[in-house]
Amino acid sequence: MSARAPQGVLELAADVRARRTNAVAAAEQALARLEKSRGALNAVLAVDRDGALARARELDRRSASGTDVGPLAGVPFALKANMCLAGVEANCASRVLAGYKPPYTATFVQRLLDAGANPIAITNMDEFAMGSSGENSAYGTTKNPWDLARTPGGSSSGSAALVAAGVVPFALGSDTGGSVRQPAALSNLAGYKPTYGRISRYGLIAFASSLDQVSPFARSVADVELVTRTMCGHDERDTTSLPEPAFDAAPDADSLRGLRIGVPDEYFPATLDAAVRARTEEALAVLERAGAQLVRVSLPHSEHAIATYYVVATAEASSNLARYDGVRYGPRAAGDGSLQSMYAATRAQGFGDEVKRRILLGTYVLSSGYYDAWYRRALKVRTLLLRDFERAFERCDIVAGPTSPTAAFKLGEKSDDPVAMYLSDVLTVPASLAGLPALSLPCGFVADGASRLPIGLQLIGPARADARVLALGRHYQKLTAFHGELAPLAHEVAA
Amino acid sequence: MSTTPATVGSAATAPDPARWKGWIPVIGLEVHCQLKTRTKLFCGCEYRFGAEPNTLTCAVCTAQPGALPVLNREALALAVRAGLALGAEIAPWSKFDRKNYFYCDLPKGYQISQFDRPYCKGGGITLANGHRIRLTRIHLEEDAGKAIHDRGAQTLVDLNRASVPLIESVTEADVRSPEEAHEYLDRLKEILQYAGASDCDMEKGSLRVDVNVSVHRPGEPWRKRVELKNLNSFRNVSAAIEHELARQIAIYESNDPSQQVVQETRLFDAQAGVTRSMRGKEEAHDYRYFPEPDLLPIEIDAAFLAEQRAALGELPEAKRARFQSELGLSEYDAGVLTSSPALSRWFEECARLCGSPKDAANWIQNEILRGLSAEQRPASAIAELRVTPAGLAELIGLAHKGTLNVPGARQVLRAMLETGKGAAALVQELGLEQVSDTGALEQWCREALVGKDKVIADVKAGKEKAIGALVGPVMKASKGKANPQVVTEILLRLVKELP
Ligand SMILES: [Zn+2]
Repeated sequence: MSARAPQGVLELAADVRARRTNAVAAAEQALARLEKSRGALNAVLAVDRDGALARARELDRRSASGTDVGPLAGVPFALKANMCLAGVEANCASRVLAGYKPPYTATFVQRLLDAGANPIAITNMDEFAMGSSGENSAYGTTKNPWDLARTPGGSSSGSAALVAAGVVPFALGSDTGGSVRQPAALSNLAGYKPTYGRISRYGLIAFASSLDQVSPFARSVADVELVTRTMCGHDERDTTSLPEPAFDAAPDADSLRGLRIGVPDEYFPATLDAAVRARTEEALAVLERAGAQLVRVSLPHSEHAIATYYVVATAEASSNLARYDGVRYGPRAAGDGSLQSMYAATRAQGFGDEVKRRILLGTYVLSSGYYDAWYRRALKVRTLLLRDFERAFERCDIVAGPTSPTAAFKLGEKSDDPVAMYLSDVLTVPASLAGLPALSLPCGFVADGASRLPIGLQLIGPARADARVLALGRHYQKLTAFHGELAPLAHEVAA
Repeated sequence: MSTTPATVGSAATAPDPARWKGWIPVIGLEVHCQLKTRTKLFCGCEYRFGAEPNTLTCAVCTAQPGALPVLNREALALAVRAGLALGAEIAPWSKFDRKNYFYCDLPKGYQISQFDRPYCKGGGITLANGHRIRLTRIHLEEDAGKAIHDRGAQTLVDLNRASVPLIESVTEADVRSPEEAHEYLDRLKEILQYAGASDCDMEKGSLRVDVNVSVHRPGEPWRKRVELKNLNSFRNVSAAIEHELARQIAIYESNDPSQQVVQETRLFDAQAGVTRSMRGKEEAHDYRYFPEPDLLPIEIDAAFLAEQRAALGELPEAKRARFQSELGLSEYDAGVLTSSPALSRWFEECARLCGSPKDAANWIQNEILRGLSAEQRPASAIAELRVTPAGLAELIGLAHKGTLNVPGARQVLRAMLETGKGAAALVQELGLEQVSDTGALEQWCREALVGKDKVIADVKAGKEKAIGALVGPVMKASKGKANPQVVTEILLRLVKELP
């Protein structure tokens, strides 16, 4: 790696704290790399250059006066466009929220700011986090730094692409059904969805409230762990946040002896991409050699997970997105002068096709006469999925399997087939419905023509066992080097 | 006006077959009351009626994207107290649901309410005639903002009221007449005021009533139900029911197939005294209720319940009983003086200080409440007067000691109300101290007897009442300061002393 190769979160923060570099230099470098990659990636919707530089100068001033500037001192990062930083446009990649600047800052963003981290940009995404490829943005598609013809995954497409391109050491996404784990897998990153409630949702613009979790991307598991621990802990503004404070990181282990890793049959279906199967099995072999015991487990209701997810998530979304009515914020269409037609015109013009599809689906499953057959039944299946995991965790400590059924697919390949697109979440959705902590981390590559595409391993833990999942991820990264490999574009951007 | 003791004075009428032409009214009431919390149900904003529009708002109650509701524990406490005061059962586990509909005063596009698991079930109010109006349920929910339509072509939206806590109490269809509806509302208001749960001030919108009205023939099923809205006083509630019953019965009696009672919502036009159909304005709503994922279920444990029960204090029924048994008031007086918590507190304080509950009750009713009523102010406004319970007690004491006669005391009270000065000071200032100096009085009495031989003869013949003709001139001579009773006694004594 050249001297200018991108640094990780821990490394950069240590340098800023030791004053080997400073926050202004870190911010300027990130802003420069952002501009250099901007045309190729389309990963960014808004850049807060002035704010970022002002915060960096202030941090350097405090550092010079001997103040402790925090564990994330001077580390630049990016926010997904569904996250609130006061005064910075958060439009959810939707026309309906064009120009919307939140009047307040999200709790998790504030905690990162307090720890010294420096937000520089707002990233592109699937509109309202509805999508698995980034193609549902109203502001153009984001490209994968490993192959610009392919998707970086979604819905947190821009955040994944920025970290994979070495622009920022970490970025935030939101994971509702896999929106961070799947792009992490497709972009050679660590992406971590904590236990539901670990991180306050106050200031995360809702897609599906009972599933949404703020989730960070970084190149190493140690980095996502630090960022997660900085953001988590109870928040009185979100009563669904877990009551306890931040969890402690588990210490490094010498071996994995005594650890039982459950391998669910259902996560290795016949249709699984051969390379994905091979890399996952290799990763499991690495863990076994390190002392872990592999046990077969079964999650029999997994086959219903996608259907259940698309009922629960769309039901909540149909209600969560009702507020985009043109009355208080966002562009307002005139209609014929009546309130009803203003609503209809504003929403018809403001929302993209996928968002409309999901609002209609969600409205349908909650409608009188259909509620019992769809929504109520989905809640029951959700409980059964949770039971599956509880039973599996009686026999193992962590469940492991692939994150995405395929490596990064070509842009446009699935955009006309919503169901095929929905199936790219088939392996991530169960942990979302069960509210469990789940990590995706790099476990190898597959060659496809001239491209070398990353593949991700998924580790799922019992509720609140965040420290256990992350410790296993760190251990795996001590034994492997995949996560150190950079996308071709990252080399160009760093040059 | 709550100075009239509707709860005691207006005995409810049982259904009268002649009055309704053999039809039996079936009436249910849905009452929304604003809880008297410092802050809104799901955010930290205060609420004040009449504040500058959109000044009492924040990210949460204007539904900024990403903002989340947080339950106000004080609202839950008051809601629970309301339930306990109404004898209802508080559910140990309940939950919030979203009620989805679009309107410009509803910022989130849904109202956070309670659907199938309300926090409170059962309870009720027994009317003076012994008839019990049962409550089906009470639930906790947030208010909407206000859409203002009377500013030309534009509709303006004020979100100050958005997310203010409400309890909605729903009765069974137990109410049998407009009078019972009125009495039920008086009692409900009184109980919620005593519980400290709500101001129940209809003029400020902190109490709103919707009514369901239908009729049936004895032994037959209930006919079509009509919902009445736009009822801005208890008087209008009973008037609207009266008119709606008459309208429905007239249609059924007419046997004219072109006339039908349809299940609908009607607005009451108080001026015209009629109900009018809202047809076409309200579509059939499918509110798509589902559990609110942003809030945890409401769990109420025994300790919280005990705390609220302890905070409840004495409810009006118990207070009325105690005023009769301990303070010796009549049922009527006890009813009047408990008609508002402020009034009952005022009375009890005054009675304690002057040591004579009956005098306090008389003075408050005959002088103070009558005055408030004449000014169209509620009895609870007694707390805002310039006279304090201690001030009235002092006045009552002076009247007792004979320092003041009754007309003089009334005059002092009027001055106290105007100036806020103390009774003793005003007696001095107005020169109203009664003359009980028998020397001066005897002199005036002797002068009055001069030449009044006829009166003297009558009195001597046993007609003592005849002396009354001489009291007036003595009073006049004393410029009204003489104590008429003392004057009478002196005159009689002097007559008897005469040869
Ligand atoms: Zn507020």
